[in-house]
Amino acid sequence: MEDMLEDTVLVNLRINGKLHELEIPAHKSLLDLLRDDLNMTGTHMGCMTGHCGACTVSIDGRVAKSCITLAATLGRAKITTIEGLTQDDGELSPVQQAFWDEAGFQCAFCAPGMLMCTTELLDANPDPSDAEIETALAGNLCRCTGYQSLRRAVKAAAKLKQNTREAAE
Amino acid sequence: MYAFDYKKVASLEDAQKVFESADDGTFMAGGMTLIPTLKQRLASPTDVIDLDGIDELRGINVDSHSVTIGAMTCHADVAASSDVKKAIPALAHLASLIGDPQVRNRGTIGGSIANNDPAADYPGALVGLGATVHTTKKTVSADDFFTGMFETALEENELVTKVSFPIPEKAAYQKFPNPASRYAVVGAFVAKTSDGIRVAITGAGPTVFRVPEMEKELTGSFTVDAISDIAVPTHELNSDLHATAEYRAHLIGVMAKRAVADCG
Repeated sequence: MEDMLEDTVLVNLRINGKLHELEIPAHKSLLDLLRDDLNMTGTHMGCMTGHCGACTVSIDGRVAKSCITLAATLGRAKITTIEGLTQDDGELSPVQQAFWDEAGFQCAFCAPGMLMCTTELLDANPDPSDAEIETALAGNLCRCTGYQSLRRAVKAAAKLKQNTREAAE
Repeated sequence: MYAFDYKKVASLEDAQKVFESADDGTFMAGGMTLIPTLKQRLASPTDVIDLDGIDELRGINVDSHSVTIGAMTCHADVAASSDVKKAIPALAHLASLIGDPQVRNRGTIGGSIANNDPAADYPGALVGLGATVHTTKKTVSADDFFTGMFETALEENELVTKVSFPIPEKAAYQKFPNPASRYAVVGAFVAKTSDGIRVAITGAGPTVFRVPEMEKELTGSFTVDAISDIAVPTHELNSDLHATAEYRAHLIGVMAKRAVADCG
């Protein structure tokens, strides 16, 4: 009965390039929409209250925590999730590749958030300092406490991206 | 989270009308406090009124004597604004220290000050610079806007529209952040303005407050030494698992001195 009374909102979200026309209950988080309705489980559910960052996605080019974002508020937003980082040919993105090469995560529960934030950081700042890396990843908790490996991975990703750019020139 | 009706509005007038007709409505700015609150079932509004579609509430305007920031402007935009960085670098710096990148991309100045969390950063800047808060009903000085813990001069169905900061001669913000949340355990905003020296402390008490004794000493001599012997009484300071009142009192001295030094 309660379900029948639920307020729903129509949105047109472009998620990883694919358009989804969806009727969403007003109180559904973007995280629940991605995981439960669209079976995109790469975005992780951690604390559910915006503290851990495992649910981070990119909304209109800016990182955001999907667990504290109401999907109904997003209108026609463009969303990129961890599934969308992979390149068109199926290869890992330079950031993903560097995290793989450098063992940038242990259990990898935090990986979606770390990868989304690193991707945004390096798009804006190709050669970040240690302090800039810390600032960019500040919203993401790694409970394996693998922060040194993470920093190493971000630096390796910066280098890999630079090499890829130079090779293309 | 309990179910609610979602209303997206395009004007301040609509927002207020929808609020009026709702049983128990709540406004949502960036949602960075509201949504976690709803998820923990600490609130159960019948209607969430989303202010995101009100374009007039967004934007930064800088002229020769003030910086005016629309209520729905997110922290990341203030932190990145070259105009703000040029006019009041301490304000851009403060915005860059709020929460984390994900929060700064969605959290807004209007939401922050309307919520008036005792550990929020923006109240420090508003009181430290002697800002003016513009609402749908009135224009009020920052000194009178923040009235208590999570309490402001806003009445029901009244919305912040913008905040105007007079450009100071110099200003600095120094904060001791909680390492996990990055909320201010203590933050000190010190400014030399045309109306005199202002020292505003956030994070330490139930709401932001000024330290008249420090302001007086700094007026005589704007140096770190001038305030090195001033002790803030502990009886009205917060004491919690993050810091005791005594520790916060100590941090007020340290952060205020750092801010004075930072003013150069």
